[in-house]
Order: sequence, then structure tokens, then C-alpha cells
Amino acid sequence: MSEQEVTSTDNVGKNEDEIDPAQDPRLELLAKKPDQMEKLIALCFVVAIVCFVAMMVFYVKGSSTQVEGALMAVGFGGLGVGMVAWGKYLMPKGPFEEERHLIGSTEEDQKAFADVFIGRGTVAVKRRSFLGKLLGLATAVFGIFALGPIMDSLGPNPGKALDSTAWKKGSKVVSEHGRAIKVDDLEVGGFMTVFPEGNVGSYDGQTLLIRAGSSDIVTMAGRETWGPKGYLAYSKVCTHAGCPISLYQQETEQLLCPCHQSLFNVLQAAEPVFGPAPRPLPQLPLAIDKNGYIVAQAGYNEPIGPGYWNF
Amino acid sequence: MPSLLKKDKPKQTGAEKATAGAKWLDDRLGLAKGGRVFFNKIFPDHWSFMLGEIALYSFVVLLVTGVFLTLYYVPSADMMTYHGSYAPLKGTQVSAAYNSTLAISFNVRFGLLVRQMHHWAADIFLGAIAVHMCRVFFTGAFRRPRELNWIVGVTLLILGISNGFLGYSLPDDLISGTGLRIMFSVVESIPVVGTHLAFWLFGGNYPGNGVIIPRMYMLHVLLVPAIMVALVGAHLALLVKQKHTQFSGPGKTEKNVVGTPMWPGFMFKTQGYFFLVVAVLAGLGGWAQINPIWQYGQYFPYKVSYAVQPDWYMGWLDGALRIMPSWEFQNFGYMIPNMFFPSVLLPGIAFNIFIVWPFIEAKVRKDYKEHHLLERPRDNPWRTSIGAGALAFFFMLFAASSTDVLANYFNISLNLVLWFFRFATYIIPFIVSAVTYKMCLELQALGQYGGRRKRFNVVLRTAEGEYLSVKTPARPGDLDILSGEEEEPLELTEQVSQKLRESAELIGVSGSESTKVQPPADEGVRTVERD
Repeated sequence: MSEQEVTSTDNVGKNEDEIDPAQDPRLELLAKKPDQMEKLIALCFVVAIVCFVAMMVFYVKGSSTQVEGALMAVGFGGLGVGMVAWGKYLMPKGPFEEERHLIGSTEEDQKAFADVFIGRGTVAVKRRSFLGKLLGLATAVFGIFALGPIMDSLGPNPGKALDSTAWKKGSKVVSEHGRAIKVDDLEVGGFMTVFPEGNVGSYDGQTLLIRAGSSDIVTMAGRETWGPKGYLAYSKVCTHAGCPISLYQQETEQLLCPCHQSLFNVLQAAEPVFGPAPRPLPQLPLAIDKNGYIVAQAGYNEPIGPGYWNF
Repeated sequence: MPSLLKKDKPKQTGAEKATAGAKWLDDRLGLAKGGRVFFNKIFPDHWSFMLGEIALYSFVVLLVTGVFLTLYYVPSADMMTYHGSYAPLKGTQVSAAYNSTLAISFNVRFGLLVRQMHHWAADIFLGAIAVHMCRVFFTGAFRRPRELNWIVGVTLLILGISNGFLGYSLPDDLISGTGLRIMFSVVESIPVVGTHLAFWLFGGNYPGNGVIIPRMYMLHVLLVPAIMVALVGAHLALLVKQKHTQFSGPGKTEKNVVGTPMWPGFMFKTQGYFFLVVAVLAGLGGWAQINPIWQYGQYFPYKVSYAVQPDWYMGWLDGALRIMPSWEFQNFGYMIPNMFFPSVLLPGIAFNIFIVWPFIEAKVRKDYKEHHLLERPRDNPWRTSIGAGALAFFFMLFAASSTDVLANYFNISLNLVLWFFRFATYIIPFIVSAVTYKMCLELQALGQYGGRRKRFNVVLRTAEGEYLSVKTPARPGDLDILSGEEEEPLELTEQVSQKLRESAELIGVSGSESTKVQPPADEGVRTVERD
């Protein structure tokens, strides 16, 4: 029996054409009352038509998303139920059977293929292997050429871009609206997002300015002058995944990153105390200039944000 | 004259015209023989074969709704002032991408419905793929000769997850923007080449020069879908070439497939099934709000929202990020960052195991034969328990992506939740595996009785306090009747019956009628009188 024949178990060995359709139990319908089933399916389709007409009306008149969704759902639901019922109850109920054959080719076929591929083709190609090498070289040269424009189009090399930010010595601390911050602007316990003047909104310049006290704060040895009048500044970019750290818990003096819940201790140089963050947030050394504005003593002394290979 | 020519020809019926048309085509393409094979292709009737169809039809809905969305969406990060109809955002600075997504949601008729259908279709597409993959895995449908189709399927899963991420990043809202920043860090964390890759992807240091949105748009609507359409085609072509697997049953062997033929039964059913998938997606799109970007606001790199979770299929990766201990490796001025382990290594290992699994299993079990009959999961406890353990692992990671929400909801400390997940994520899968293994063995033992149930005993206490164990009336399918191992039921002597009757009266149960039981005829009719 060939692959394409379909037979029932009752008719194994017979050709499709030899089975009298009137005698074939597979061709019977599953529905006991086909006429009723037909009416039911017709009703489903009518429901769909009504829904789709209503959608046209509402498209012109305008309506709500809920009405549109409901009409579309019921309309397509009607089509779906109708067609499944049609396929299930008003089509030959089967079960039909299909034979399976070996998927791989016969050995003769495989050998015949090898004869053509290797015998006729590969041997002939190999005879001129020098040409083949030259062809490979030509395409390789083109490939190397293509790397240039592709890489240039994609983007620049990182270079030292990740190592520093726009903060430098004397950068004025300004708010997200560009207003310079004076020493009396924050109450103790207050905090805000600040940027270096001239780079408002920049990703790597974003810094948290926290007023953790009213007198100078030393977060670790070597940072004796970094926190004048209780002002501390840390990079807002989380050292874990780079999210902006936006929650300051005044009671515990901790910063929380909302993405993966890393906690940093504000008074101890933003050491991570909880969560996946592996490194403290870099601290920006602050100073207060003669007019009472808060400025940076210098830029960050280490790269901000998440880690990378050539750190 | 044309009218004269027409008169000369006998009028054709519709069927004759169709036949003539088909013949015209066949004369040029030679489709009749192959077409017959195709229309005779058998689809097994088991429900679990519909899971892949859900994925396929969600994909079709994705393509159609996606084309509609491209008519309105503007892939640009250029900033502008919002003048649309959503009052709370009026006058604020938004990107063209965000602006156009708001316009689709509020100003395009059926726009929000289509947008939400598109998002739901993506979630259901990946959900259906995951469940379909479980079906294929737990029944061993990936075994020879279907290893290649398994790999095509896993590739589709990876591309689907990637394109889902690209898609929900396009609106440029606050939540997706944060996700995009995390993705930059993920790429950046790859040793040696990470920073270069990240800079190439984003066109420079984060957030780039506004090129990431057009690039993601190109990937999302052109490159990735084109590959996926080709792979879906290959997936289906292989399925036709290799024919379906089937569960064993009467008349079903390794040498045949039993079920519904392609034409007409299956085509009608599956077309109806497509409509039903559309119906469900339309219902969800209309009634279940998803990704209300107007509530999140425009993305700015220094703003962030609380309780941020990605779409469900990214959840396991987010969870892995959260429970990763704060380790980082620094040496000789080089670093392997913390992110590398949970967000590059973990999915890398997971997807590679998926891809090579058919070959691992064939090697371990030394089974290189062709298989077309599916295994029931219980019949391969080894594979089933590994799969269940893996599912438990992924589920725990997924749950860990909500540590903050869980801590809030149960009002417990975030520390406690995190430490729980740091251990439970690795412990629970082993427990699940062990329990699954045992359950498989139990089910196998039950299997030899064809899944029939045990016959129950009823324990009665008489008024005097005496306990009696009496078998319940037999029901068809009871184990002892079928296996012929029935013990003699407790003989209801007159003495016992009397006691029972008295007890029944005491507790207010009316005197029972005689209960007749009809065991299968070939077992002989046995009548139990209870009076």
C-alpha cells in the first residue's frame, strides 16, 4: 500500500477506490441529528455576522475598547464554534489511518546521491583546488572590508567613555530643572536628583544629593572633606544593573534600588548591605563655594554603574 | 463577437469550472499527487496536539495586529510636547515613539484594542510555546527522528522571547526604558567583548544617540519576524515530512498514524480553532488591560518606577538577577561582573541544554531508534522527574522576580523573602524531582490495572459500639471486579443486618432498600442483598 492511501482498520488492504462509500463507516457523521446541527452552526455564523455589522457601525460612530473587544470576541467566537462543530460533527468521523514509512532514503538512493555529489562534482572541484582557495580568499577580503562600515555604522568603540562622567572639578550641582543648589536648599533628611551644570538629564551624570545631617559627615577614611554641612552625593546609577536608585529611607539611612532591591548604607560610603549589588555607589566629593552653592571638588574617582570587563 | 462565442460553448457548472481551474494549475505545477498526500495527512485527535496550534495562531494574530500598529507607530526618540487627548500628560515632554503609542491607545479607532491584542498575543504565544514544549518533552516527542524540529522549536522560543522584549520596549515608557537600561548592563557584562557589543547595539554609551528605538523597531518588525516566519515554515514542513507522533492505543502502532485527515475534517476544525484564538485574544484585548503606558509616563534615564516587573517570559531572568549573591570577580584590572552569571550564563546554559537534550538522552539511554509512539510521562520517570525539577527551578526564579511585591503583600521583611529564594530556588527543584519520580512509579503500578479505582469500604458503627467494615456497592470499573481479585464481601448475616438496621434508625437514616449490583456480565451476576 502506498503512502498516500488512507484506510480504516476495517478496510486494511483495500484501495481507497475499492471501498464502497455507502458501506464505509468512516464516512458517517458524528452528529446524530445533522439537520439540527446545521441550524446550530448557522446560528453561530449569524451571530458572527451581527457582531461584525455592529463593529462597522461602532467604527463609524466610535465606541469603547470594551465594546469593540466584546463584539470581536463574540463574532470570532461564533465563527470558531461554528467551524469546529462543522468539522467535528458534519464531516466524516473516521478514524482514518495513514501508514508510516522509513524516513531516510534507501541505501541505493544514498549511494546514487554520493556518486553524483562526490563523483561528478567534488572531484571535479578538487582538481582545481587552487581556484577554490583563491575564491575563498576573495570573499574573505570582502568580509574584512565589510567589517569596517558595519562596525562604524553600529557605534563607536567604548574607549574611555565608561570611565568618567561629566562631573569635574568645580561642576556646579544643579537640579533636574537646571537650578543651582544652595547650601540651605535641603532640610536634614531631604534628598534630590542633581546633575553637573550643563549636563542636566544626562544618564551618567545623575547623582543623588542627600542631606544626612547638619554638620560635616565623613563616610570613610580619606573622605574627610567630601560631605560638607551634612551633604552627601552618590552616583544614582546602581552598581548592579544600572537602574536609577530612587528611594532614600531616612530612618535607616539607606538607599534602595527599586529594580532588584539592593540596599546601600548612606553614612558608610554607600556600602551595599543587602541584595545583589556588588560594589558601593561612587561618592562625589562636594564643597560649598564662597556664594553658598554646592559644587563638586572633583569628578567621580571610579567608574559609575554596573561592572564591565576592562574595569 | 464575444456574445456569439459564448453561445457556442455549453454552459459550465461551478464544479466544472473549479475542476477546469484546478486542471489548469496542475498542468503547470503538477500538484495532484502531492496534494492528495497532503490532504490525506492525518492529525491525531488528542487534545495536547492543539497546544502548538495556539502558538501558531497567536503568531498569526501577532503578524496581523503588528502590521496595523506599524501604520501608526513612530520609531523615534525625538522629544516633543504632548498635545493628545490624555489630559494628565498634556504639555509634558514625550518622545515621538511614546506620543504615537498614546495616539494608538486614545485616538485611533480600535487602536487600543489592537494594541492590547498584540501584547496579549505575545504573552499567549510564548505561553503556548512553553506548554507545547512541555508536552513534547514529557512525552518524548523530540526523540529520533524529530531532534531537528525540537531545535527549530527551541530557536523559535528564544527568538520569541527576544522579540517580545524588543516589542514591549518600543513604546519608550518608564518601565520599558528601565528594562532597556538593564539590557545594556546585561550585554556590557559579557567578558572581553561586552562593552563593545553594548556600544554597537545602542550606538554609543547608554542611552545612545536616540538610535536604539529605530534599531529595535527594525529588529522587531523586520529581521526577527522574518527569521521566525521562515522557522515556523520549517517547523511545519518537518511535521508534514515526518508525520505526527501519537499516543499508543487500539490500532495505533509505530507504523501508522490514526486520526482526522487534513481535508476536510482537520482544516475545518483548525480554522475554527484559529477563530477561537482570535476570539479569546479579542476578549482579553478588550477587557483585560495590559501595559497601560499612559500611567507609567515617558522614560527618562534618571526616573524609575517601583514594583517593576517585566513581561512574564522575562520573569525568570529578572528573578535570577535578584537572588544572585553580590559577587563579582576582579583581577588584573579585569572584571567578570555580577550580572554575567544570572543574565548571560544562566540563559546560555539553559537554552544550550534544551538544544542538546535529545542527544544527551539518546546517549544516556543508548536509544538511537526511531520513535513515533509517545511515552506517557510516568513510563519514563527519569526524564519526567528531571523535567519537573527544571520547571520548578524556572518557576522559583519567576516567583523571585516579585520579591518586593511578595514582601509587601505578606507584610514580611524583604530580607527574609530574598534569603528564602536564595535557597529555595535550588532546594525545591530536588524535592519536586523526587516526588515526581515516586509519583511516576506509583502511577505505573496503577497503570497495569488501566487506571481503575479501588473499591471502597464503609466503616459502620452499630448502636452498641461495634465496628463493621462493609464494602460499598460495586461500581463499574472497580479494581477487584476487573482483576478478579475480589474478596468475599462481609457476609451480611441476619445478626449483622439487624444491628445495622437499628443503628440506621438511631441516627435517623431510613431503612435501606435492597441494593442490586450488576458487575460485568462475564464475571457472573452477583447480587448483594442489604436489608
